[in-house]
Amino acid sequence: MNPSGNSGRALPRASDTLPWALVTPALGWTLLFFVLPFIAMGLSSLTAHEGGGFTLTNYSQFFTNPSYWQAMVNSLEVTAIVTVISVLLAYPFAWILAEQVPERWQRLALMLAVLPFWTSYVVRSYSWLLVLAQNGVINRALTGIGVVSEPLQLANTRLATVTGFVHFFVMLLTLTIFANLKQLSPSYRKAAADLGAGPVRTFLHVILPLTLPGIMVGAFLTFVLCIGDYITPQILGGNNELLMPQLVMMQIGRRGDFPLASALSIILMAVVSVAYLACARWLKIERT
Amino acid sequence: MSAPSASRNPLSALTTHLRSACAAATFLLGAGSVGQAADLNALIWCDHSDPALLQPFEEANNVKVNVKEFEGTGAGLAIVEQSQPGDWDVMVIDSIDVPRGIEKGLFEPLPEDKLPFADLFPQVKMDGSTIVGGKRYGITEKFGYNTIGFNKTKVDPADMQSLASLTSDKYKGKVAIYDYYLPVIGMAALAIGKKTADLTEADLPALKEELLKMKANAKLVGEVTASQTALATGEVDILVGGGEWVTAGLAKENPALDFSIPKEGAVLWSQSLAMFKDSKNKDMALKFIQYILSPEGQARLATSSCYWGMPSNTKAALTDDQKKVLRFDEQPGFLARAQAYPAPNADLDKKMQDMWTEMLQAK
Repeated sequence: MNPSGNSGRALPRASDTLPWALVTPALGWTLLFFVLPFIAMGLSSLTAHEGGGFTLTNYSQFFTNPSYWQAMVNSLEVTAIVTVISVLLAYPFAWILAEQVPERWQRLALMLAVLPFWTSYVVRSYSWLLVLAQNGVINRALTGIGVVSEPLQLANTRLATVTGFVHFFVMLLTLTIFANLKQLSPSYRKAAADLGAGPVRTFLHVILPLTLPGIMVGAFLTFVLCIGDYITPQILGGNNELLMPQLVMMQIGRRGDFPLASALSIILMAVVSVAYLACARWLKIERT
Repeated sequence: MSAPSASRNPLSALTTHLRSACAAATFLLGAGSVGQAADLNALIWCDHSDPALLQPFEEANNVKVNVKEFEGTGAGLAIVEQSQPGDWDVMVIDSIDVPRGIEKGLFEPLPEDKLPFADLFPQVKMDGSTIVGGKRYGITEKFGYNTIGFNKTKVDPADMQSLASLTSDKYKGKVAIYDYYLPVIGMAALAIGKKTADLTEADLPALKEELLKMKANAKLVGEVTASQTALATGEVDILVGGGEWVTAGLAKENPALDFSIPKEGAVLWSQSLAMFKDSKNKDMALKFIQYILSPEGQARLATSSCYWGMPSNTKAALTDDQKKVLRFDEQPGFLARAQAYPAPNADLDKKMQDMWTEMLQAK
């Protein structure tokens, strides 16, 4: 029976429309600022730079030009190194924060840990350049105490790029792993101890597997942010090797070759997507 | 025969419309980023954003100059493409790229009788690229040289009179290369005895070999700030592609920095001002160009906080000290030995950029 009594059609209930009303702004935002630009980029990547028209040349260039291919290899190598070093440094750091620092000091310690985030990314990178420079703090110290007779080339190298990245991402990973460690119930450790496991065995077989989701989330974020970053390699790497974001930017500057830049960006996104799928699948297996 | 325009190609047209939609969305969110029609909206390089340059014009004409900085002609033209006609009034552009703007139908011919062409250094008028179909679309406002910048307390200035020094073992690891392929390829051409204006695809293997030799000697390849910082902080002693635009602005803090025009020559860079055809404020746009080309405007532009460079107007109101730093009085000799910026066609340009990419990736 229709309560209104004047129509055969039921009016939509507020409970039906409210969820849509609530998600519409988010959907609109995603459509406008992700889906549309992505479609535009996809179409652009299939367009010839000179004269327009459909072409796959922008993609084939990537696979046939060794310099372009090398940029992807460089990006993957740097990203892998940064991710591994960051995880190895962040885990013990997060562990100390979560387990060794008294509860009342943890908030302050965390704030100090993320302090580098408060400065501009560009300023931080230039600061590293000054630290690693020929006349920088490290080289002055090394030559001052006689460890080396000539300054080492630290700036404008892959080492400098990795250092700048690691400084940033250790903080990010510390936060994700710390959150994971804090969620662990102390009873896991007690149960392991009751069953005769020592601290090392408890860590390897109980704590580490349970904190892997935090590690993987942090590692994936590190991977995504690192492989797409332009600033750090540009400032610290000295252009002695090109990474993918630099190669993309290079197409735009003078020649305005947006189709090739779009194709290279989509290839980069494809690599990130593969990394996501690998992580998601792995995490799913861990949960089961 | 001209290339088919984007509007005639469905894929290009769709891409353009989508890009415009995205740009419009961004524009709506950032409303106010492009100023009102009464303001003057200028697409500029960083040297034009110096308040010491803009304020006198704004106060004299009771106008607000809204500026947007860009790097590279491609990036600048992309901004125009994603804007509405009439959004922009004037643009700073590489003189050799003025024809790219004309091809796209962007620029308005400039009234030669209302601008001080007679006062410009004759060699920098760049008629070959600023005049098309008998009409002038750009006026050179600033120029300089991509040559050898160096620290004269660290290197032998006599060595800096030859491009061969850049690839000699004596300076291995002491060199930085400015990260812009056209001028440095131009310098490589000079080093192997080629004229920059005559470069063809057949020259690429020899140019590549020279570039790789330069790279083998270099500690870094850096954009403006990085290469300038490297020279100023002593990370390197020589900057390939450097010139007054690197050393003059730092002369007070670091008088040891200098530049040379080697015996093989140097590459002449020049930047022009152009007015947009669809400008809604053409009178003010012309006044702005007249101001920049005036003796006072030229002096302020030449000594802009972002980078110094030679004013194109011989009557620029520079102080004696400023002229000395810019080596104003030596310009006739420098200009006589300078060669034009390489101006390749689109195909050769792409091949040159790919060659540059190979050089950067070389271990």
